[in-house]
Amino acid sequence: MAWWSRSKKLPPEPKKSVPKGIWAKCDACAATLYERDLEENHQVCPECGYHRRLATEARMRLVLDEGSFRPADEGLESADPLEFRVDSNRYRDRLKAATKSHGRGDAYRAGSATIGGRPAEVGFFVFEYMGGSMGSVVGEKISRQFERALEARTPAVVFSASGGARMQEGVLSLMQMAKTSAARARLAEAKLPYISVLLHPTTGGVAASFAMLGDVIIAEPNALIGFAGPRVIEQTIRQRLPEGFQRSEFLLEHGMIDRIVPRRELKSTLSRFLSWFDPTAEADDRVSGRSVHASSSANGA
Amino acid sequence: MPSQQLSERVILDFERPIVDLEKKIQELRDLSTESVDFSSEIRRLEQKAKKLRSEVFSDLAPQQKVQLSRHPGRPFTLDYIKLLADDFVELHGDRGFRDDPAIVGGLAKFDRWEVLVLGHQKGRNTKENIHRNFGMPRPEGYRKATRLMELAGRFRRPILTFIDTPGAYPGMGAEERGQMEAIAKSLEVMAALRTPIISTVIGEGGSGGALAIGVADRILMLEYAIYSVISPEGCASILWRDPSRVPDAASQLKLTAQDLRDLGVCDEIVAEASGGAHRDAAVTASKLRSALKRNLGELEELGADELLEERYRKFRQMGAYAASP
Repeated sequence: MAWWSRSKKLPPEPKKSVPKGIWAKCDACAATLYERDLEENHQVCPECGYHRRLATEARMRLVLDEGSFRPADEGLESADPLEFRVDSNRYRDRLKAATKSHGRGDAYRAGSATIGGRPAEVGFFVFEYMGGSMGSVVGEKISRQFERALEARTPAVVFSASGGARMQEGVLSLMQMAKTSAARARLAEAKLPYISVLLHPTTGGVAASFAMLGDVIIAEPNALIGFAGPRVIEQTIRQRLPEGFQRSEFLLEHGMIDRIVPRRELKSTLSRFLSWFDPTAEADDRVSGRSVHASSSANGA
Repeated sequence: MPSQQLSERVILDFERPIVDLEKKIQELRDLSTESVDFSSEIRRLEQKAKKLRSEVFSDLAPQQKVQLSRHPGRPFTLDYIKLLADDFVELHGDRGFRDDPAIVGGLAKFDRWEVLVLGHQKGRNTKENIHRNFGMPRPEGYRKATRLMELAGRFRRPILTFIDTPGAYPGMGAEERGQMEAIAKSLEVMAALRTPIISTVIGEGGSGGALAIGVADRILMLEYAIYSVISPEGCASILWRDPSRVPDAASQLKLTAQDLRDLGVCDEIVAEASGGAHRDAAVTASKLRSALKRNLGELEELGADELLEERYRKFRQMGAYAASP
């Protein structure tokens, strides 16, 4: 899974040619911006609408109702089953360093919350943590999240940002694709909604499992989404990829996602989905929503 | 068998001393006439060859197994179907875009069961490999697989899949047509099929493109097959940035059948013919036949609900993590 472990290279880091902390330069339109303006605008360039990376904590604040998040499974840690090392650099040490910089819980934050007043089991990839790569812990947390949703009969929402499977856990990370997809299948069987939100970047084993299995799949503008990474494709076909290949807009055009949702509309869009997919309305066999639209007698059905 | 012709042309470095010795034995046989008798010498050399073969093959490095798993003379899916099953009727197409020759599937009779057989298909030579895309499916291949497996699930026919691919094809068209969605869908569909599934890794189990037809009740691996999240070449280029470190990557990735059994992914290792499956496809197939028969016999005892519950639990427990408060 070479390409999706190459995640380090995927996101262009913001160039820091301007002093850090006060000014920032937009990667897309090169406008000089106040850091504080960017922060208030959720890291979207006010000039051109370019979406910069939004830290996981900030995204949670953006979409979840204030104070509603109840974290789950924070104590899960990778057990380094392969005792993986690259010469003297041990995977174990890399995990420690990543945990020190980005917090506990590996590359995924999961829990219960409400969005627009509606309960959901939510989960967020932490891209900063080893490129959001999915090893045993991430796969376990996502599976548990789907199982909690099943138990509580609530919708599940996953925000993906990942280079793919974590190669340091070998075939066990590959198997997380099967495990999470199997848990997702149970949710589908129980007719519980699952909303998949694709952020920049979502590739490899994450894209090729639960991330593409949403009842609805939405993406942020200009996110890189694909199975193989651009470099691997370029090496295979021996030519440069066209501008915009594998970006959200390209996926929408090719029928792979339902919608592109700008960040400022993310929460309201999710709320709309959650109200449409009201899982409590499923209890009997009547068509959901009929009683709400009482005037539908005109339909004659 | 074409594989035997090919295995004579492609000789791996560690196979060389064995093959040289075997050549010498053949030469002596050819020289033997009624007046000149080399039989005792031939017997002595045969003993030596046997010993050498068992020495070399009992102590293969992971990278050598990687080489064996990709040996062009190895039996491929269609060879096993021919050797294991009767009345195979191949079915084609995804009903949406086109037929993908990198995945083959169809109806067959295996022992006393009507089954669906399905697998990646590599080619024997350049022409075949171009046709088969080196066993690297595109989305339509996975969609064909999903369609056929759903068919088998609906009519409760057991499914036998054969895994042998470097990976799903990373090309532009494949991306445009949703490679990721096609693989994801296959995983989800397999998890919910109400019929027994046995997957056998017969050669190369290359990442998500392999797993896409591998969500099974039993996962068997041939002795020299491999199964990995990334190729050793890909891993070495990312982590070491040095192609000479491929053997280190192969060791680190724990990708051999023995490793996978230790990691709780592989249920059973199926022995190959002495010197590898490419040396004797029929012997290897007959060992695989008895393993498949035994496993299928066990699985058919289970009701569909129980089967699904066990399949779920099987994948659910895969992974290694520690829980602290």
